[in-house]
Amino acid sequence: MAELARLTAITKSFGGVRALRGVDFDLRSGETHALIGENGAGKSTLMRVLGGEMAPSSGEIRLDGERVDFRNPRAARAHGIAIIHQELALAPDLSVAENIFLGDLSRVISWGALRRRAKELIDALGFDIDPARRVSSLAVAHQQVVEIAKALSRKLKIIVFDEPTAVLSTQDAERLHAIIAKLRADGVGVIYISHRLEEVLSIADRVTVMKDGQVVGTKAASDLTIDEAIRMMVGRPIAALFPEKRPRKIGAARLEARHLRSGRLVRDVSFSVRAGEIVGLGGLVGSGRTEVARVIFGADARESGTIVVNGEEARVRTPKEAVEAGVCLVPEDRKLHGVVIDAPIRVNATMARLSAVVNGLGFLKFGLERQMVTELGASLKLKAAHIDAPVSSLSGGNQQKVVLAKWFHAGGDVIILDEPTRGVDVGAKSEIYGIVLKLAEQGKAVLIISSEHQELFGLCDRVLVMGEGELRGELAPPDYSEENLLSLAFARRTQQTEGA
Amino acid sequence: MTAVTEAVAQEKRRFDFAGFIQRFGTLGIFLALVVAASIWSPSFLTKPNILNVLRQVASGAGIMAVGMLYVILTRGIDLSVGSVASLGCVLSAYFIAFSGYGVATSVALVIVSGAVCGLVTGAFVAYLRLPSFVMSLAMMAIARGLSLIISAGRPIPIGDGGDALADFGSGFFLGLPEPVILMFAVFLAGGVVLNFTRFGRIIKAIGSNEEAVRLSGIAVPRYVLAVYVISGALAAVAGIISTSRTGVGSAQVGVGAELNVIAAVVIGGASLMGGRGGVINTLLGALVMGMIANIMNLAGVPGYHQQVYMGLIIVIAMLIQYSAGSLKR
Repeated sequence: MAELARLTAITKSFGGVRALRGVDFDLRSGETHALIGENGAGKSTLMRVLGGEMAPSSGEIRLDGERVDFRNPRAARAHGIAIIHQELALAPDLSVAENIFLGDLSRVISWGALRRRAKELIDALGFDIDPARRVSSLAVAHQQVVEIAKALSRKLKIIVFDEPTAVLSTQDAERLHAIIAKLRADGVGVIYISHRLEEVLSIADRVTVMKDGQVVGTKAASDLTIDEAIRMMVGRPIAALFPEKRPRKIGAARLEARHLRSGRLVRDVSFSVRAGEIVGLGGLVGSGRTEVARVIFGADARESGTIVVNGEEARVRTPKEAVEAGVCLVPEDRKLHGVVIDAPIRVNATMARLSAVVNGLGFLKFGLERQMVTELGASLKLKAAHIDAPVSSLSGGNQQKVVLAKWFHAGGDVIILDEPTRGVDVGAKSEIYGIVLKLAEQGKAVLIISSEHQELFGLCDRVLVMGEGELRGELAPPDYSEENLLSLAFARRTQQTEGA
Repeated sequence: MTAVTEAVAQEKRRFDFAGFIQRFGTLGIFLALVVAASIWSPSFLTKPNILNVLRQVASGAGIMAVGMLYVILTRGIDLSVGSVASLGCVLSAYFIAFSGYGVATSVALVIVSGAVCGLVTGAFVAYLRLPSFVMSLAMMAIARGLSLIISAGRPIPIGDGGDALADFGSGFFLGLPEPVILMFAVFLAGGVVLNFTRFGRIIKAIGSNEEAVRLSGIAVPRYVLAVYVISGALAAVAGIISTSRTGVGSAQVGVGAELNVIAAVVIGGASLMGGRGGVINTLLGALVMGMIANIMNLAGVPGYHQQVYMGLIIVIAMLIQYSAGSLKR
């Protein structure tokens, strides 16, 4: 295999912070080279350097043996390098076709031709998306397809995927893997960043592990096990990601949802979660899991149905009423919905129950607040310079802990967590699992939504499975398996196909 | 707080230039202007002139800037303040001259009227989620129209019944004009509310990320409504001060004032994207605006030219503030 790219002794400093310290990395044509490491290890920074988004402080980049010096992303793109970022860079109000050809719309192109070419690219990827649709109306998985089509619309030699499957269901992730296989067959070099180690080991040829801005090692994927990969990433052995389950006391039902209905994605959903119980809500992305959570939390309007908290019917029409009833939601999109990212940790942590830190006149008791937040931070193992540091200065895992701290402070009895470990590194993941268990041990009712099935199986007492806005069934621990979960998720659809 | 990461520790050791400008940029602009003006014109740093500037700021951008700051912190804008001030000016003269309510009742009624203007704007913005720009633009037209109707387009003298108000307008307390004392009091109260109360914390947070605040179980619309009510009430107060100084209610008061007020807040380093801004810097911003006008008067710059220079100086001040913002990234 020909060598496509070689990065030698790359360093990158931001002020006094050294994000990359002499990194060597190479990519061959037609291979998938995975890049793993905890958040902050320098993976994304390295890719930004390769993509021309940042100039390295020192070191050299060679493409096909020739030294290159990218001044901007456009220069890198001209060399056939495309980066699919975690946060997609699409213009939400433009159509799919316009987005795909955004870079070269300078020529006069007829709309018909533009859409036809867009359709060809998307079809080649095995998806069916109308090129005339507005990007903002697409599911995240499909937006990602648009990004890939955009990369394919130009010369493509190297493509970088930064956590592509974090937002994808298992099914969509598999389709993405099929796309990657196709790209490799065409001789494209694929760099794949992911926190999902199982996935990494199954699709990558080689794996490079980074830690603290340095490369720990590069190995053939076939020579690597998950345990070994984790050991390399964290520099210490992790016995198990999931904390040991101690028997918990399961009490009376704390949350009961009865015949909830809201739009297309919440159709007659009924279930209950009892005190001390951890219940999973599985299914594909877009099956209505997030919508159910938002309806119970009053974030979205409910058309019909009742919500019962601790045996009493709760009037939940707004998040305020939900919080007053004791329902908390750790939302799916941390930065948009979970935290006020520019505000200090302290401000975020007390926001859901400010009444605890104000006097009768509405004046804040800063001393008390500092003390409460410091204690919360310590109990959640929050790693921060100071409780007055802005949340934006924290890693993803610690940002999530701030969201958790907020609900700890609010003290509700029902905790709903929507993708609580998305974009969170391995170490913090394990800590968050520990926090979830602690909540259950305190007698709270916990409902977890996750696209990582192992996470649901590792934590939950039982898993509810959704499909197309309906509850399709329930799995108990003896039946925990990906196959069972997916067959429930697809149940109705299969029947319909058979009937037709 | 178990661990201080290396990155954060190093960050701290470095001098945070952008943060410094954000904090003290307005003070720098203010001091630079003071120095430049006192070199340029010897009469600038005299007591009568300083009092003059303060008095002008108090009845101009000053008091309204506190309300505007609150609105801007929630990521809104209130274009109606100048018109509401004129309504406050006209109404106060009208009530005192024709109603027989007496000064105190009249003043209270006028402040309530201003608050009602803000309530209307705010209700549409907060509950129907209409853009504040458009809603306050509508209120700007309505309030100006009302003050023209009430005054029939003519100045209304407050007459002898308004002596108490006129005394306030020309009176001194602790060596400072009473309207100036009132302005400082409003800024002080504004700062206390913003920095030390639940209300202040929440309106700042709303401007940074409204959805996250809503999903924390906070009734966002109430707070949004409140900032427009405050802005309207303070605009009415500015109008009353104008009446107290001139002794007449005029519908011509406050034409274009909203722009000066917004400029003062923005020179004070507040972000029009919400969530960032402070009371002390806003006061400095208002003083800068007042000083620019004053310096040009002292220097004998013709009125029409003044507007051009005013615009240019605002641009320069903004460049300084925004260079700090872009350095942050």
